Amino acid sequence: MGILSIFSKDKKEKLDKGLFVTKQTFFSRLAKAITGKATVDHEVLANLEEILITSDVGVDTTMKIIDRIQKRVEQQRKVETAELNKILREEISSLMVQSDVTDQSGEFTFPQNKKPYVIMVVGVNGVGKTTTIGKLAYQFKKAGASVMLGAADTFRAAAVDQLTIWSERIGVQIVSQGMNADPASVAFDTLKSAVSKDSDVVIIDTAGRLHNKVNLMNELSKIKKVMQKVVPDAPHEILLVLDGSTGQNAIEQCKQFTAATDVNALAITKLDGTAKGGVVIGISDQFKIPVKYIGVGEKMEDLQVFNKHEFVDSLFKQ
Amino acid sequence: MFDSLSDKIERAFKLLKGQGKITEVNVSETVKEIRKALLDADVNYKVAKQFTDTVKEKALGQNVLTAISPGQLLTKITRDELALLMGGASVDIKLSSSPTVILMSGLQGSGKTTFSGKLASYLKNKRGKKPLLIACDLYRPAAIDQLHVLGEQIGVEVFSDRESKDAVSIAKRGVQQAKENGNSVVIIDTAGRLAVDEVMMNEIEAVKKAVDPDEILFVVDAMTGQDAVNTAKAFNERLNFDGVVLTKLDGDTRGGAALSIKSVVNKPIKFVGTGEKMEAMDVFHPERMADRILGMGDVVTLVERAQEQFNVEDARKLQKKIAKNQFDFNDFVAQLQQIKKMGNMKDLVSMIPGVGKAIKDVDIKDDAFNGIEAIVASMTPYEREHPESLNGSRRQRIAKGSGTSVTDVNKLIKQFDETRKMMRMMGDKKNMMKMMSQMKNMR
Ligand SMILES: Nc1nc2c(ncn2[C@@H]2O[C@H](COP(=O)(O)OP(=O)(O)OP(=O)(O)O)[C@@H](O)[C@H]2O)c(=O)[nH]1
Ligand SMILES: [Mg+2]
Repeated sequence: MGILSIFSKDKKEKLDKGLFVTKQTFFSRLAKAITGKATVDHEVLANLEEILITSDVGVDTTMKIIDRIQKRVEQQRKVETAELNKILREEISSLMVQSDVTDQSGEFTFPQNKKPYVIMVVGVNGVGKTTTIGKLAYQFKKAGASVMLGAADTFRAAAVDQLTIWSERIGVQIVSQGMNADPASVAFDTLKSAVSKDSDVVIIDTAGRLHNKVNLMNELSKIKKVMQKVVPDAPHEILLVLDGSTGQNAIEQCKQFTAATDVNALAITKLDGTAKGGVVIGISDQFKIPVKYIGVGEKMEDLQVFNKHEFVDSLFKQ
Repeated sequence: MFDSLSDKIERAFKLLKGQGKITEVNVSETVKEIRKALLDADVNYKVAKQFTDTVKEKALGQNVLTAISPGQLLTKITRDELALLMGGASVDIKLSSSPTVILMSGLQGSGKTTFSGKLASYLKNKRGKKPLLIACDLYRPAAIDQLHVLGEQIGVEVFSDRESKDAVSIAKRGVQQAKENGNSVVIIDTAGRLAVDEVMMNEIEAVKKAVDPDEILFVVDAMTGQDAVNTAKAFNERLNFDGVVLTKLDGDTRGGAALSIKSVVNKPIKFVGTGEKMEAMDVFHPERMADRILGMGDVVTLVERAQEQFNVEDARKLQKKIAKNQFDFNDFVAQLQQIKKMGNMKDLVSMIPGVGKAIKDVDIKDDAFNGIEAIVASMTPYEREHPESLNGSRRQRIAKGSGTSVTDVNKLIKQFDETRKMMRMMGDKKNMMKMMSQMKNMR
C-alpha cells in the first residue's frame, strides 16, 4: 500500500470513481483468471494475455509484459498467483513515463517562468479537444491563473460557438475571428492579446484532423510557427488528445502528430466509459511522452491529472 | 483504407510462399500471423480467435491446385471467411413509410451530427427525398448550431427548440412538423452517450418509444478498439438498432471494429463516412470491404478467374514443358490469351499484391498484347516451336510481316527468353503472380 498512502483518501476516491469501470472489469477478470490456482501456469498467462489485449494494451506491449512475467516465473520457479498483482503492477508501471512537468501532488500546475504559458491542443476529430480545453481552463482559473482561449478551429460547423460557450461558462477570455478565418491568424491574435493583457495561460483549440492528411498536418506546423512570432518559445505545451476508446490507431495518431508538431503531453478522454484505456500503456512506453490528463466525464470538473501509479494501482487494487 | 492490416496479412502470406502444400505446420504459423494482424487491427480478441480457427480448419481440408500457390489459396479462404463475417449482400435503408423516421445513436464524438447531415444530403440528392433534420443533442455546447450550419450548407430544414431540455418532446414535435410539411424523411440527431449512462440510455429509449423509428442507426468511429463490441452490444440491447454506420474511414485505421461489431450484434453495416465534407459517405459493401481489408483481396478474384480459365490438365502439360525447357512461342501466346480472357489488363496487374499501389497512375493499355501477338503470328510454325532458330534474317522478315521493327522483335525475343528462364527457375511451383508482373513490362 506504499504508493497508495501518498494520496489523500478524497483524491483516491475521485480517481476510483473515474476509473471505476476500468478497474472493476479489469480486476474482476484478473481475479477470475487466477481463481483456484496456486501458481502462475500457462493457463493463467493465456488468460492474462486475453485481459490485456481486450483492454487495448496491444499485442506487442502485451507480449512484452507477459515475457517479463514469464522470465520472473522461470527465475523463481513458481510464482504464487497472489504475487501476480504486485508483479503486474511493477511491470506495467515500469513501462510508463511519469510526467516531469506535473508534480506528484495531482494538482493542475504550469511553469511560472513562462508567461504566457501557451498550450496548443491537437488531435483527430471528436476525441474531446474542445471539452478538455474547457475543463483545463476551469482548473487553471480555479488555481488563480488568468486564462485566454483561442478559437482556432474555424472549420468544423459551430466550433467557435462551442468554445465560446465554454469560455462563458467558466468565465475566461476568448479570442476568435469567426468561422472560416485563418487558424494561424487566430492563434497569432490570441497570443498578441494575451501578451498585452498579461494572461498567465493561453490555450489554443484546433480543428480535429486525421493524422494521415498531409495538408492539414502542415497547417498545424504553420499555426505553431506563427505563434513564435509573438512568443518565441511558444507553444510550450502541445497537448495531443486521444480518445480512450480508440484502439491501436492511437499509436499512429501519436506518431504522426508528434512528427508534425512535437507533441510533448497527452490527454486521454472518455475513461468514464467501458473502454479500458490500455492503449496508454503502449503509447507511454513507445513514445516516452507523458500522459498529463485524463477525462472522466462531460462536466467541467471531469478532468484529472494523470498519475501512472494511481492508474496502474486502480487497475489492480484489491 | 485498411492498408496496415492488408500489409500485415500480406506479410503473413509471404511466409507460405514457395511452399508446395498446406500442412498443419506451415498453416499454424501463418494463422498465428493472421491472428496477430487482426488483433493489431483492433478486431475483438474472441472474434479474431474464432475467425482464425475457422480459416485453419478450412485450409487444412483443401487441395492445392497446381495453378495457385498455397498462399493464394489461403488468401481466398481468409477473404471468403471475412466476407462471411461482415455479412452477405449490402443492405439498404428502409424508406417505405412517409415520413420515414431515422434515429441516430452512438458514443460521444463518433460523428452522429456530421453523418446526419451527410445522410440528409444523400437522401435529398440521390434518392429524391425531402428530409427534415431534428436537433436532439441538448447537451454538448453548440450542438444545435452545428446541425443548423450543416442544414444550411446542404439546403435541408432543421427543427430545433433551444428552450427545451426534453428530447422526447422535441423529437415528437419534429416528426409532427414533418408530417404537416410533407417531409418524406426525418433524421433525428441525438447527443453522444455512454452505454453505461443509465439516464442517457433511458432518454434515447424514450425517444425511440415516442417516435417509433423505421430505422435506428448506431454510429461508430472506425478507430474504436476492443470496446466496440461491448458498446455495440449494449446499444443493441437497449435499442435493437437496424444498422451500423462506420465513420472516419478516411483515416488509416485498420478498422477491425467493423469486423467485430457485425459478428457480435449481427446487424449490417449500412454506410461508411469517408471525410468531413457532406458528400464524403458511401453505402457499405461487405464484399468490397472484405477485399479492402485484405488489400490483396483482389488476388481472390484473380484466383477465381484463374480457376475458371486454367484447365488442370493443360497446366500440368505446360509444367512438364517448362521443366524440359520446351516452353515455346505457341505456349507463350496461349498464356497471353488466357490472361486476356481473365479480364482488363490494368485490372489484372493491379490485383497483384504490392503492384496495385505502384501502378495506380501507370497507363496500361488493354491492347498491350496486340503487338506481341502480331509478331508471333508472323513466325513460321517451326520458328514458334524453335525460338533458338530466330536469327537476324528471320527477325527482319518477322518485323516486316508484323508491321513492327526489328527492335520490337528483338525486345520480344529477349523477354520471351527471360520469361522462359524465370519459369524454369520457378519449376513446378509455377507462380502466376510473378509471371503476371513480368508481363506488365511487355509493351
Ligand atoms: N463521457 C465523456 N465524454 C467526453 C469526454 N470528453 C469529451 N467528451 C464528449 O465528446 C464529444 C466530443 O467532444 P469535443 O470536445 O467536441 O471533441 P473535439 O475533439 O473538440 O471534436 P472536433 O472539434 O469536432 O474534432 C462531446 O460530446 C463531449 O462532451 C470525457 O472525458 N468523457
Ligand atoms: Mg473541437
